[in-house]
This record gives sequence, structure tokens and C-alpha cells, in this order.
Amino acid sequence: MADYLPHTETEVGAMLAFLGLGSAEELFAAVPAALRLAGGLAMAPGEPEPDVLAHMESLADANRAHRLVCFAGAGAYDHEVPPVVRALAGRSEFVTAYTPYQPEVAQGVLQAVFEFQTMAARLAGLPVANASLYDGASALVEAVNLGTTAAGRQTVWVSAGVHPHWRHCLATFSRGSGHQVVEVPLEGGVTRWPDEPGEPVGPGAEPPGVLVVGYPNYLGCLEDLDAARRLADAHGALMVVAADPVAAGILRSPGDAGADVVVGEGQPFGTALGFGGPYLGLFCCTLAQVRRLPGRLVGETVDVQGRRAYVTTLRAREQDIRRERATSNVCTNQTLMAVTAAVQLGWLGTAGLAEVALRCARGTRYLREAVVAVDGVELLTGDAPVVRELALRTPVPAATVVERMATEGYLAGVALDALTGADGDGSVTADDAAHGLLVAVTERRTRAELDGYVAALDKAVRS
Amino acid sequence: MSAAGGRALSAPLMGRDGEPTLFELSEPGRSSWQLRTTGVPDWSEDELIPSGHRRTGPVPLAEVSERDLVAHFTRLSHRQFSVDLGAYPLGSCTMKYNPKVCDTVAALPGLAGVHPAAPASTVQGWLALVVELEEALCAVTGMAAATFQPAAGAAGELTGLLLMRAYHESRRETRRRVLIPDSAHGTNPASVTLGGFQVTTVPSDARGCVDMEALRAALDTDVAGIMLTNPNTLGLFEEDIAAIADAVHEVGGLLYYDGANLNAILGVVRPGDMGFDIVHLNLHKTFATPHGGGGPGAGPVAVSERLVDFLPGPRPVRLGTGEGSPEGGRPDGAGEGRPAHAGPPGAARYGWATPARSIGRVHSWHGNALVLARALTYIRVHGGDGLRRVAERAVLNANWLRVRLAGSYDVPFDRPCMHEVVLAAASLKRRTGVRALDVAKRLLEEGFHAPTVYFPLVVDEALMVEPTETESLQTLEALATAFERIAAEADEEGGLEAAHAAPRTTPVGRVDEARAARTLVPTYDARP
Repeated sequence: MADYLPHTETEVGAMLAFLGLGSAEELFAAVPAALRLAGGLAMAPGEPEPDVLAHMESLADANRAHRLVCFAGAGAYDHEVPPVVRALAGRSEFVTAYTPYQPEVAQGVLQAVFEFQTMAARLAGLPVANASLYDGASALVEAVNLGTTAAGRQTVWVSAGVHPHWRHCLATFSRGSGHQVVEVPLEGGVTRWPDEPGEPVGPGAEPPGVLVVGYPNYLGCLEDLDAARRLADAHGALMVVAADPVAAGILRSPGDAGADVVVGEGQPFGTALGFGGPYLGLFCCTLAQVRRLPGRLVGETVDVQGRRAYVTTLRAREQDIRRERATSNVCTNQTLMAVTAAVQLGWLGTAGLAEVALRCARGTRYLREAVVAVDGVELLTGDAPVVRELALRTPVPAATVVERMATEGYLAGVALDALTGADGDGSVTADDAAHGLLVAVTERRTRAELDGYVAALDKAVRS
Repeated sequence: MSAAGGRALSAPLMGRDGEPTLFELSEPGRSSWQLRTTGVPDWSEDELIPSGHRRTGPVPLAEVSERDLVAHFTRLSHRQFSVDLGAYPLGSCTMKYNPKVCDTVAALPGLAGVHPAAPASTVQGWLALVVELEEALCAVTGMAAATFQPAAGAAGELTGLLLMRAYHESRRETRRRVLIPDSAHGTNPASVTLGGFQVTTVPSDARGCVDMEALRAALDTDVAGIMLTNPNTLGLFEEDIAAIADAVHEVGGLLYYDGANLNAILGVVRPGDMGFDIVHLNLHKTFATPHGGGGPGAGPVAVSERLVDFLPGPRPVRLGTGEGSPEGGRPDGAGEGRPAHAGPPGAARYGWATPARSIGRVHSWHGNALVLARALTYIRVHGGDGLRRVAERAVLNANWLRVRLAGSYDVPFDRPCMHEVVLAAASLKRRTGVRALDVAKRLLEEGFHAPTVYFPLVVDEALMVEPTETESLQTLEALATAFERIAAEADEEGGLEAAHAAPRTTPVGRVDEARAARTLVPTYDARP
């Protein structure tokens, strides 16, 4: 018997006797006999921990991706996570706590989240950040829910430069919420908004209540946030910016450009690539929208003795109180990743964050200059300025390039059709989707790795 | 008898001062970051970023040394209760011990270091892991297939409701209402609204279960389905579940199982056998993945055969079974959905497939994958026999507390419970003025986390206690003694004042929640 149950057989017998029961089976007398599972679960019996660990290690060893030099991004980045961050974020007091329902014994998590909210808000250039959502996509969906409620209109204009998976999620959830999502295509790597405020996007589209734009967009290009703000104002719409939080270290903050809501994927702040999760949905907004905020919010207050204390606040918005009229259904969020981000941003500090962003931009520039020398490889978005990610066009299908470069030790990037589907979308044509390769360069990539990458790419596109 | 392992009164919470924020520890020019040497040319910001896009100055963060960073977050951790510190009988949250081996698994570079967009040929281990977990969870629930994209229970609920919507639409039916018992978790009605449905509340009867009369009266062909937690939030098994399922299915509705309380019935009865069509599981409850102070969780959704075609995609699948594969999907043609390339001969091969009528994606990637790895580890250590034992011990512990505490607190539904017992402080309050909230705060002084209070809403002054199976008899004894002492002291002279003063031994006393809402300080920058 291998498990984590403390009861001795003697104790079990005594407890059953205390209850006046003759067997454990009698504990389930309320379950109709006809429904009970005869013969137990159709599963293997339990195994000792070391055997299970060996099995899990064999599964881990069956992966190859982690041994490749990572040039893949698309919202999930291979940034430096120092031992100090792993050690602090892995402290079991943070890891094995529940939601801070009893603030007197949860000041650790509450204060760490308060510090996280402060740093996330400063990054976005907005006064409020929530305690986290599941991931970038869920943050976008919640932002659209907030925006349509605030505007009183269901139509949403979404730039095709917003991450394709996030747009897919928005489409999925819009079937329940009833939003009319209109995709605004890209041209030359950036959104081609309608020339005139009144010009419709797509046949019969109503004026938008919400406008969503990426900064930088998922192809790495810098959008004109002022133009987006003017357009939003012309329609009385809210402006949602899906921002890269690392690039925000050197880019103008979306809040300065007038964003009402800023969302993002916070994985780059100390969270492992982890095959896509758990990640960290960033959500920041203006004070005007704070009562529509989804999810938890930590606020500062005092205890009975007047000492500084923290507590989850504006609770009346939330599902356990407001039920079907709640601003969101979110309950469990990604608090541990928010705490991790607070530690990572604490480690980076003012200068470190700017340095990481700058180094990403330098590496991206270096690759961009080197890669155009490869025969047949072009920049998919032409001369458009990019910060930390760039889209290439390869002469052979990008998926083939990725497979070939994996045998050379590189995770070459993300084939665009893996994100958009084979037909492409408003961001790229089907042909560009098949031949488009999205490449990310983080501060961890050395010049030798970049040079090796270019050489391997040269080989991969030739055969 | 040995001492209680779950009582945390010996924890050395140092001193009475608050911990300064990271911003107050900051000193301009101090730093702790170190980045690798890359040899990449050091172009300036001006050369890299067009002027209109550049920040005017850096984002102001804290500037601290690594030593201060470590001290700060270590001290914060000392101001935090956790399962590792002591018993956490928080009803409905299943705060069982989180095995450390799962931490080791989640940190394996071969799992933690994998990019989610890496091609299928390079992530065969991950795909195999998810498929293995899917098979295990289908065995536990009696379902046909599962999606792992939903990141938490509420995300699973909304996914389930969208599956419900897609199913009815595929049959050209428009159904607007979803039934929910009045004892349900708040996420249920909130998810119903987001799913585009209207909530119809079904009252509980005197036994604490769904009122069958009221249910039948609410059922018609406008009902898309019902969401049930079984055992329900009162810790009681819905004994009429077969009749409920028949009645709902008769009008063409579907049954949704909220897996929050699955821990009670592992290996005893399966939602599929009760007649449920859609099941979400909370891996962070039943399968012991740590809750992280509020998340991450994982809320996979398992469905019966008729709903498999609607599941979110792409899904990890075994390849090579050809047309009509049990996974019921078509291999995807692009990227992550591209069929895996041939591996070594004889190796199991996995790829991605999107179900034919998929509702679409519900997560940026594939869900909270590292949480899935922890859950599979937990399941393999227990096996089918161990999981059954988990349910037995969880129910045994809860009933032991129910019987033991029946003399000190109200037991609104005094019959055998499942994994949790709902007590009430209604009589105590009438007699002494001491409320459920006061009992909760007193328990903190006794070295235990508090139970869930004021939920479910249908019980006045509710104290919802879920000891879980990993607490020992000695801990239950100590917890019960603490509960009894609190009730006894309430009856003494000055008992009400003492209860109101609690907790006095914690890092802070009762916090002013009204002030937090009235004078909102959501960031350090908003401090007055």
C-alpha cells in the first residue's frame, strides 16, 4: 500500500466503531447500490513513488523540444529564470496555500499579490491591475466582456495582429456571450484600420463598442496606438491593448496612449515554458472600470489595531456573491504565477527589466540583419520595425524548416500556419501562413547561437 | 495517543511588525539581476526603436539586492498559512496534502522546459502524458474523452456549457435555461450567464437535496441542462440522482457534473453511471495539485460519447488507429496539429487532432500542463485501489467530525455525510452572540485554518468543514477539541468579547474590509 494516508488499520476500525459502522462500504450507504461501481476502478493498482517518478522521467525524456536552442515565442518565451526566483516562488507556504479567504493568516500571499499588482499596473501605465487571470487569451476575453458591458454595444473590432489563439478563444466564448467579433486585417505587418471612422469593416458591421490592438502585435510589429485611440474615440469605444510585458520595458506604455484596458501574457516573468501552462493572464484597467474588473483584486487596508494589512476587495463583483450577475465567473486564478512575477520583477528591478527588453531588441536586430543573407529567406513584414520577434518567409514550408532545424539542435520558431490554421487569416494569406516562420530572440540567446541558427537555416531551406 | 500533526501552534511567526513592501526596501542604484554574456552588439535604444514608440524613462520597479529580495519574500512566506504548515479544513476546497514528488516531476526539464508550439515530433512524451491522464480520468468518471484546456473549475464549467450549447444547436434546438440548485457554488450561475443561458434556481428540500417536485415543475423543452455537484455543497449525496437524470434527459436536457466534490466518490460511483453527460474535475482539489494561494488549478472536462465531437481542439491523441479512431477526431493539417513524424520503430506515436464539430479553443495553448503532470503522478501512486481508499478516508474523517461535534454545533442535516460536513453556529449565535465568522477567527488562534463560512447560502451561519483524508485521527481530535473549546468559551462570561477580539496571535488582527472597498488602494502608488 503506497499512499499518503495517515490512518492505521486500528484507527480506521475505531473510527468506524465510533460511527456505529461495520465496514468502510457502509460509509457510502447514501449511494444507491445500483449505481455503485462493482469491482473497483479499471485502473492499475498504486505504485511506489520511486517507480512513478521513473515513469514520469521516461515521459520527460521522450520529449526533445527542451534540448533544442529555443527561438520559438508567440507568447511563450525562453527568458532567464534565476535560481533565486525559483527558490522563492517555490516556497511551500506560497505553493500549498488556498485562496486568501482568511486574510489574517494570508498576509504573505496578499502582500505579494499587492506588489505584483503595483508592478503590473506600472508596466501598463494604468492605475489598476487584478490578481491575475488564466493566461493571455482569458485576459483578452475578459477585457472584451468588460468593454462591451461598459460601452453597451456587442460589436468588437479585433486587429488580426492579436495572437491567433487569443482570437480563437474570443470566437469560442463569443458564442455564449453574443459578441459580434469583426477581424480587422493587417497590411504590411500592421492593422489597416478603416480610413474614415464611419467606414464599415466587413459587410453590415455595427460601430464597435470595443477595439483591440496588439503592441507589439503577434508578428512583432509596432502598431500605431494613437490612431487606434482616435478611432476608438470616434466610435465611443473602449480601447483594449494586448501588450507584450517584456517589450513594455522599452516601449511607450499603452496607458500613456490612452488604453482603457491592457492585457498580456505574463509567462515571461519567471514562469517555465511548461508546455503552455500554467501561465499568467495580466489584466490592467482605468479607475473608471474598476467595478467591472474580472477576478480578484487585493487592496490595502488596516487591521483592528491600525496596522497595515491587505485583503481581497470590491468582492461584490465576484461570482460567489453576485452569482449570475457577476462580472466574471473566474474563481481560482493563477496566483502563484503572479507571486512568481512579483519575485522576478523584484529581481530584475528598474534597470534589469529595461536591460532584458533592450537585449531582446538587440538580438532580434542581429538576427534580422543576418537572416536576410540566407538565400530565399525574406522578412515577411518588410521594413516594419520589430522589437523582440520577427516573421520570416522561407522558400520551403516553415513547418519543414522547423522539423529540419530540430535535427540540428534548434527550435527554429513557430510556423505561422500552426497558429492561424492552413487557410491563414486576416494577418497572413494561406501562402504566407505556410511559409511564415515566427522567430523570437530573448536575452538568453548568444551571438554564437544566433550565428549557428542562421547557418542551420541556410541548410534547412536549401534541400 | 500521539500528538496532532496538523496543529500549527508551534510555528514561529516572528515579531509583531508588518513587512515593508518591496518598494520601501528599494534603494536607487541597487540591483540583483545578472544576465548571461551574449556577445551580441550593444546597439542603443535609439538605434533599435523608432522614437515615437520609445518609453520616456524606464518602468519604475523596486531596486533591491538579492539578499533583501530573499529576506522579503521569505518573511512574507512566514506570514502565510499553508497545507504544509497545518490542517486546512476549508470546506469545498479539498485542501489535502500535496505530495512533494509532484514538485519534482513538475520541475523536470523534460517537462518544464518544453515550448508549447514545438512540433509534435519533439513533444511525444508530453502528448503521451496527457493521453494517459485522459484515460485515467475517463476511468474515474465513466466518460469517453476529455479536454485539458480549461485552466480551472470555472473555465471547465463555461467550456461544458458551450459544449451543451453546441450539442443542442447541432440538433437545431434553441434552449435558453439551465437549472441550478440553490446550494450550488457561485461559479455555476456566473458561468451559465457567460454561456448565454438563463439561470433557473431549484430549491433544496428538507433533506438538503434537490427538491424533486420543484425540479419536475421547472423542466420543459427550454431547459438545456442542469448543473449538479454530487455530493452537493452540503456534503450530501443526491440519492435521487438516477431519477433526476431520467427527468432531465426526458425533456432532452443534459446533465453537467461539477467535480468540486469528486473526492468523496472516487472508485465508489462514477458520474457517468449516475447519468451525467459532462464532467469537470478540479485537479487542484481531488488530485492534490497545490493551489498556489489561489491558483493555478486545472479544470479538465470529460464528456460522454455523444459530446466527444464538440470538444475543444486540438487534442493530444494516439495516432495510427486510422479512420474511426476511438478519439474521434481528424488529424490536424497544420503546425501543432500536424501528424507526428515517424519516430523509432515500435514507439507509441502521438499527435494532435481537432474534433469534427469542435467548439474551438478555450486556452492560449493546451491548458495548465504542469498541473496535469502532477495529477498523473498522484494518480499513479494511488492507483485504482488507492483512489478508492482516498474517498473512504475522506468520508470517514468528515463523519467522525460530524458525530463528535454534534453536541457543540448545529448539524442542519444530521445524517451521514460524504467528504465534508456542514455545521452551523446558529444556535451558538442565538445563545451567545458568537457567529460563524467568530468561530473561524478563533480557530486561527487554535492553530488551524478556518472552515468555509457562510456557504452554502441555504444554511444560516454555516461552517463547512472538510478535513480531507490526509489528516490523522490525532489531528481530528485536536481540531474537534478546539471547536468544542470555542463553543464552551462562548458561553462563559466575556465570551462574546473574547470571540470578537480573535484572532490575536496572527500576523494581523481582523482587517477592515469595508475600508478597503471604500478607500480603494489597489497598488502601492494609490496609497494616500
